Amino acid sequence: MNMVALRMLTGDRLKYLGLVFGLAFATMLITQQASILVGMMRQTQTFIEETAASGGADLWVMDPQVYFSEDAKPLQDTALFRVRGIEGVEWAVPLYKGWLKGRLPDGTLLTLIVVGVDDATLIGAPLNMIEGRVEDIRRDRAVFVDAKDAGTKLLMTRDKNASPRAIKVGDALTVNDFEAIVTGTHRGSPSFFWDPVLYTTYTRALQMAPPERRLMNFVLAKVKPGVDANAVIARIEAATGLTARTNSEFMSVTAGYILEKTGILINFGLAVGLGFVIGMLIAGQTLYNFTLDNLRHFAVLKAMGAGNSRLIRMMLVQISAVGILGYGLGLGAASFLGWIIVTTDLAFLMTWHIPVFAAVALALILIIAGSLSMVKVLRLEPAIVFKT
Amino acid sequence: MPNTKPDMIQSSAELAIHCKGVVKTYSAGGNTVVALGGVDLDVRLGELMMLVGPSGCGKTTLISVIAGILDRDAGDCVVFGQDFDRMSTGQRTRFRGENVGFVFQSFNLLPSLTAAQNVSVPLLINGIPGAQALRQAKEMLSRVGLGERSESLPRQLSGGQQQRVAIARALVHKPRLIVCDEPTSALDHETGHIIMRLLKNVALDEKRALVIVTHDARIFGFADRIAKMDDGHITEISRPGEALLV
Repeated sequence: MNMVALRMLTGDRLKYLGLVFGLAFATMLITQQASILVGMMRQTQTFIEETAASGGADLWVMDPQVYFSEDAKPLQDTALFRVRGIEGVEWAVPLYKGWLKGRLPDGTLLTLIVVGVDDATLIGAPLNMIEGRVEDIRRDRAVFVDAKDAGTKLLMTRDKNASPRAIKVGDALTVNDFEAIVTGTHRGSPSFFWDPVLYTTYTRALQMAPPERRLMNFVLAKVKPGVDANAVIARIEAATGLTARTNSEFMSVTAGYILEKTGILINFGLAVGLGFVIGMLIAGQTLYNFTLDNLRHFAVLKAMGAGNSRLIRMMLVQISAVGILGYGLGLGAASFLGWIIVTTDLAFLMTWHIPVFAAVALALILIIAGSLSMVKVLRLEPAIVFKT
Repeated sequence: MPNTKPDMIQSSAELAIHCKGVVKTYSAGGNTVVALGGVDLDVRLGELMMLVGPSGCGKTTLISVIAGILDRDAGDCVVFGQDFDRMSTGQRTRFRGENVGFVFQSFNLLPSLTAAQNVSVPLLINGIPGAQALRQAKEMLSRVGLGERSESLPRQLSGGQQQRVAIARALVHKPRLIVCDEPTSALDHETGHIIMRLLKNVALDEKRALVIVTHDARIFGFADRIAKMDDGHITEISRPGEALLV
């Protein structure tokens, strides 16, 4: 009877295709929006992840009022030495991160994020150098820029007599009236935050920054092998009154803060919800119309001895067939779009949870939409077969 | 044919259908409509019984009750020794699937299935595997003269051919009762006669009964007996050729 069910389904090609594409669209919308959201949240974490990867820091020590990675609040210089003195800490280095005013060679004014890494160890420096070596950051007035930012966020367009030019190695720019020379370019992961990032040494960053009493923002620390990181965190916090977080904790806190403080979750949630509603409306209406169109045939099957449970099984076969096809097409479309998107800096990350979530959502759509049709068939009187 | 009284039923063992005082009512807009007001009807094995009467007289209701599609409100109705009222819904459905074949006025073939697939449906309902069901369906199509059209869709067949497919579908699972509702109304005179000859020659045997509801006086001659209905009652049972004005 599965053959009968599927042939009934595909008999009205227009309705069948409408159903499949409606479900595919819903799947694509749900999957794509969720993937973009996850991608964006992932991008809020790239600074933390790449800094930790560069040198292997396990912990971030920060002011207790720091809520996310860009929320740089000043620490006393002595915090570095106090952290170094904590039992279980193998090493600790300073990190500066701040927003400073910059001026490009063509006079373009912009806000820059300056990251100052430890002079001696270069822990936190970019990993994937394209031009120059990471040691070049110690050269006089050296700064590194992201290769992609060089042609986008740092694109020089003010000279009307020349075509727009990307900033390049050798160019001089000023940061708070401090002359900096681009000494290297690197390939960084796309970030959620929009300002271009300049890497330099910690000492040079302090020279660029406006004069204040406290300029250090983070202490990066390494936990000794075999030592419990949570125990070290507790000791740091008890001894210094500061907050210490592991890399994953800091990433999670950052993503959570962005979600909470911006409208991102609501906006994407609405889009996902819209996909769900659209899918349900299309599926529900089309399935119900399909059932009405085939009511007579269901009645004939009932008259010929097909019980309700068999008819329900047939409808489940039909629903499953369109569901699987629609899901596959929708997931494929979302993946294809994602494949295109990831070649840009736009956010898209389809973790395994997302297709599972979409499958559950689609199943729910089909159960709700199909229920109306099933009730209609269950209540069907086979005697209508004798009506012309 | 000579005007003779209907034969007395020799014994209940010969009976396919025994109805006694069958009552069926409907509610319609607050009013109660009596569709069957106490129907007595016996149909023997090997017999082709026609039910005739004006529209609304209860013919379709009666065959629906006989086929187990509709419940009756009162009276007895025993089909091959089984009373539907004593069966659960599942038992009734199974009994119908194994023992009753249907031929409808408007054929009621599934439009997206080929002729062979349509004919195989009763076998599939009874749990016969797909390949075997299809094989048996093609054999039955050959018996009704449509062996070469087994892969055709209903829309590719004429009205007469579609009705032959429907007859094959009604017979393929070897039911003991065939119920036909106006099988020739949608067909021309010649095709209607072809269909009736098919029903008489292929469908009827000593272990099977045929009940045909019809308005079509052109086919009265094919019946063994004709039961005339009016206003929910059987008013007369006679043989073809006896005076019978519809």
